Formats: sequence, structure tokens, C-alpha cells
Amino acid sequence: MIHREKPLQKPDGSPYVFDSPKNRQRFTRGFLIVCIILVLLDFSGVRHADHPWEALFSFYPLYGFVSCVVLVLLAKKLRQVIMRQEAYYEPYPGPETRKDVEPSEQEGSDA
Amino acid sequence: MPELLITLPLFLGAIAALVTRGRLRAVLMLAAPFVGAYLLWSLDPETNVTTTLMGMELTPVRLDRMAILFGYLFHLASLIGVIYSLHLKDTAQLVASLSYAACAVGAVCAGDLLTLFLYWEGLAVTSAILILARRSCRSLGAGFRYLVYQACSGMLLLAGILLWMSQGNDLRFDYIGIETVAGKVLMIAFGIKACFTFLHSWLTDAYPEGTATGTVFLSAFTTKVGVYALARGFPGEEVLVYIGLAMACTPIFYAVVTNDLRRVLAYSLINQIGFMVVGIGIGTELALNGAVAHAFNDVLFKGLLMMSMGALLHVTGEMRGSHLGGFYKTMPKTAILCMIGAASISAFPLFNGFVSKSMIMSAAIYEGYDWVWLGLAFAAAGVFHHAGIKIPFFAFFAEDSKLLRQGSQEPPRNMIIAMTIAAALCIGIGCYPQALYALLPYTNNYNPYTSGHVLSQLQLLAFASLAFLGLRMRGLYPEEKPSTHLDMEWTYRRLVPGIVGKVSRVVYPTWTRLRLRLWTAVTQPLLDKVSHHRSEGSLARHRPTGSMALWVAVLLVTCLLLFY
Repeated sequence: MIHREKPLQKPDGSPYVFDSPKNRQRFTRGFLIVCIILVLLDFSGVRHADHPWEALFSFYPLYGFVSCVVLVLLAKKLRQVIMRQEAYYEPYPGPETRKDVEPSEQEGSDA
Repeated sequence: MPELLITLPLFLGAIAALVTRGRLRAVLMLAAPFVGAYLLWSLDPETNVTTTLMGMELTPVRLDRMAILFGYLFHLASLIGVIYSLHLKDTAQLVASLSYAACAVGAVCAGDLLTLFLYWEGLAVTSAILILARRSCRSLGAGFRYLVYQACSGMLLLAGILLWMSQGNDLRFDYIGIETVAGKVLMIAFGIKACFTFLHSWLTDAYPEGTATGTVFLSAFTTKVGVYALARGFPGEEVLVYIGLAMACTPIFYAVVTNDLRRVLAYSLINQIGFMVVGIGIGTELALNGAVAHAFNDVLFKGLLMMSMGALLHVTGEMRGSHLGGFYKTMPKTAILCMIGAASISAFPLFNGFVSKSMIMSAAIYEGYDWVWLGLAFAAAGVFHHAGIKIPFFAFFAEDSKLLRQGSQEPPRNMIIAMTIAAALCIGIGCYPQALYALLPYTNNYNPYTSGHVLSQLQLLAFASLAFLGLRMRGLYPEEKPSTHLDMEWTYRRLVPGIVGKVSRVVYPTWTRLRLRLWTAVTQPLLDKVSHHRSEGSLARHRPTGSMALWVAVLLVTCLLLFY
């Protein structure tokens, strides 16, 4: 990545909300608790099903999670095939050439 | 007839933008959408204005519930867009954007195919100006490619209309169907505007190159006119269900890896249109209502997202995810407004995407399209992943960008106001969907807020976020990189020019040699003949008088000898 500097701080010198590791941890934990509650709510019986597949226990959580993981992993594979350097379509360096991009960043390989 | 003046207020707004300046221009441009919407409201909701031109019966204005809904939508979008661009001094852009809105209103109020064609071409030209107005090499190229693509759509529309007429149909724009050749041609013409898969690259190529304000207008009109035309001409065509499914599912893969955040939004625009096209393909009253309602909502939330990205572009001059991040520190209002747009497009309950996307999903289940429904649920999780999380995350959170310290601040106040209006409407419609449902083409008793429905949507979205969080923490999430990703535009930017180049490198020298030989073969005998007549040729040579007299004498002697 290009930007690896000390995070910007508030005018009084204190860190912004997501720069504090404690806050990040709180956020992650809070989010995990919400996820668990949402799965447990399946037992409450409020979720009626229009379709038999929907009636399966934690159908939506599983489907949401798995489909997104599959989406990202497939997209990464796709990227290996379709990714080119940024100036791929620009054979003649003109005013559009971006000077702030170092040559090493222009290489089209996925880490 | 006041009905014929339906597009006039917006066109007058465009003229006002051309001839006036300063505060007066701002007031007149703001007034134009209000006057237009008032005119639409004051007209009889079931109107047909017919006229005859060269023996053809035309309906330049046809108003019904669907046309009026789109009419209101386009006036609303143009109002938000005008507020968003009030700080601009670029007359060309301002004139083009209001003319563009006027053409969109004209297209959805057109009752015959010929009028539709005229506004269709108007849309192409006016919108191209919004791309070219960025005045960079990239936008120049993208703008002209866009224009060629739109011209192809226009030509196909005209060809379709002629075929349609030759089959003995009148010009009235109602159900067309794909049974006939004309129907197929017209569907492709509409499909280009609606970004069918493989015909979509004009959008992802050109929209990210538009100006910060122009792309807000672009995201609202062209594709929605395409959706309207499909809903009018091809409701219930099953093939649209599968085309729509492909449109909903394929762009999300690109959206995950694309670096330019407005290009990510362009891909998610195709994804959302995919939902609408599925709704049109299913064709029941619920599905069509869902498609139209989703088009309405999409203009609001996609406009809001485009505006928030435009604001970032305006402030930083940068749109690449790899170079952005941390802007919630300096642009907190924009960040919150962007997240409202992100929640809406992801169909969070209480936001407007939820109340319309649910209708299409439910219609798919009711009509027995099980796999399509499953695909749409995948697309819904995917859109949350890239538009709901990726856009706000890489723009406003993630690691601090170095641009953050270069005096970044909130965008001009008019931009914030425009975004706030869009955000308020997103939440307003989400909380009180009946306001939108009352305007839909068919009576609608759908209730999206059942406990089961809300829970299942929350579960889907929460675990999609969990996947993002997990992948990112484990370092599996693809990093934002300055890069280009090959899509369909590669075929006409590299493949075809490459083939033409290679072929011409072989064919041209051969052809030159062949032409030379042919030329020599034809002209040499002629040249030989002509050479006798030239000044130095044997037939044009000067001879002395003495030799002439000698030859006459020889002739006379020969005659004498022959006769005696």
C-alpha cells in the first residue's frame, strides 16, 4: 500500500475513534454478539418461510457467509486473469499519467 | 395543449443556464424541476395526445401511472442533481444536464416509437457532453466510445421501428414481445441502454470518467429509461429473467476487485438493474411493481453514493480506493451520508432498497423461480459486500490516505444539501413505503415488514459483513491496487484493433503490390499506344517539305506504273 504513516489525530492529540485498538476490538466483539443473537433468533419462530429451503436452520446466515467467501475467492482468481497495469489502455503517456504511482505498484500481479 | 409542454420547463431551465449567470441562473435552474413536476401533477393522469405526421399516427405524449412515476422520479433526480452542481460555473455541463433530464422525461412520456427514438438520441448526445466535460484525455476517449455505443443503440431502435412498421404494426409504444424479428431488434436496442450482460461496457467504461457532478445525472437517467422501455415493451418475457440474473450476478465479481470506486458503483448499478430486469421478466403485477419501485429507489441511493464519491473526487481529485482512506476524520458528514446510501443499496430494513428488492425476491419465489431467487439472494449479499461495505470502508475508513493531510475538508454546502435530501428520501421511503407504493402502476398490498422477512434479511447482511471482516482479518481480502481490469471493452479497445492491425499489416502490402501490377497490366498497352501521339511520338514527328514532295512524287509514279 502507499500510505503507511502515523494515523491523523484529532486537534487535541487524541486518536480518532477507529484508530484506537480498544475501540476496534469493542466494535468487532459487539458485531459478533449481534451475529450470534441473529442466529439464535431463528429459534424464536418469527421467521416464516415462503420457500422450503428458507425453513432450514440458519439458512440465511450460512448462505450470506458462504456466498460472500466464495464471491471474494472467485474474484481473486478472476483478478489473476484479468488484471493489467493501470496504464494498460494508455499507450502514449499524456497528462493523464499518474506520477504518484511508483513503478512497483504498476505490476499486475496479485499478492 | 399543455401536455405537449411536458419537457419544456427542463429545456427552458437548460436555456436559462446558457444565457444567465450567478444567482439568477441558480434560481431558474432550481425552478425548472419544480415547474416540470407541477405541470406533470396538474395534467390528467390518463392522457393521450395524438397527431398525424405524413400519414403516421403519432402520440408525442402518453401519460399513465408508469409514465407519471418515472416523470416524477426524473424531476426529483434533476432537482437533486441541480442542487449538487450549484457551485459549478461550467455552462456546458449545466446546459447538458438539464437537457439530458428533459430528454429522459420526454422518453418516458413518449406514446409512440418515433418520439421515443428522438428523445433516445437526445439522451445519447446530451449525456456524452457530461463525460467529455471532464476535459481529460481519458474522458475524451471514453466519451466518444460511449457516444458510438449509444448511437448503435439508436440505430438498432430505428431499424427495429422500421421492421415493426413493415410488419403492419402502428407506431404506438405498447407491448412488443420478442416473437418477431422486430421485437428482438428492439429488445437489443433497449438492452444496450439497460446494460444487458456483454452490452454493458459503455457504462463501466464511461461513467467513472464523467465529471464529479455529471456522473450523478448519468447514474439516474439513461439506464432507467432503458428499464422503462423494457417494462413497457417486454413485460413477462421469460428470457429477461435469465438476462437479469446474469446482470445481477456477474458484475459483483468485478466490483470486488475494481480499484476506481466510481467504477465499483457502475458495476453495482448493473447489478441493481439486473434485479429490475428479473422483475420485468417475471411480469406479474407484484414483480413489475417491484421493478419500477426499485428503479425509483435506485436513482435515490445510487445517486447518493455517486454524490458522496463525487464529493470525495471534488475535494481530493482522487477516486482510486488504493489512494483513499480515513476520510471519516475530515469529512464526517459525507461519510455518514455515504453510509446511508450504502445501507439503502444493501437493502437494510428501514432503508428504501429493502422495500423494493423484497418485492422482486418474493415475486421470484411465488412464480416458482427457485434458482433465480437463490441467485438473487447471492447477488443481494454480493452487493452489500462491495457497495455496502467496500465503498464506505475504502473511501472513509481503512488506513489514512496521504491526501487526508492535504487540507481535505467537507465539500461545498450545496453538495451536502443534495446528499441530505437523497438520504432523507432513502430513509423516508424505507420507513414509510406506502408513499411510494401508492404511485406504482398496479395496486399494491405488499408488506415488506414482516418479522420473518426483516430477520432473514438482517441475518443475510450480518453474515455477509462477517465474511468481509473474517477475510480482511486473515489477509485474504484482495488489496486495492492501482490497476486496470479487462472487461468487454477490451474487445473493442484491444482485440478488434489488434486483429485489424495484424490483418492490415499483411493485407496492405499485398494489396499495394497487387494494385501496382493490375495498374501496370491495364495501363502499359495504353501507354504504348499513346506514345505514338506524343510530341516525340512517331505520328507527331515534324517532317521536311522536301521529303513530302518526294513521297508525293513516289506515289504518283507508283500510280502511273499501276495504270499503264
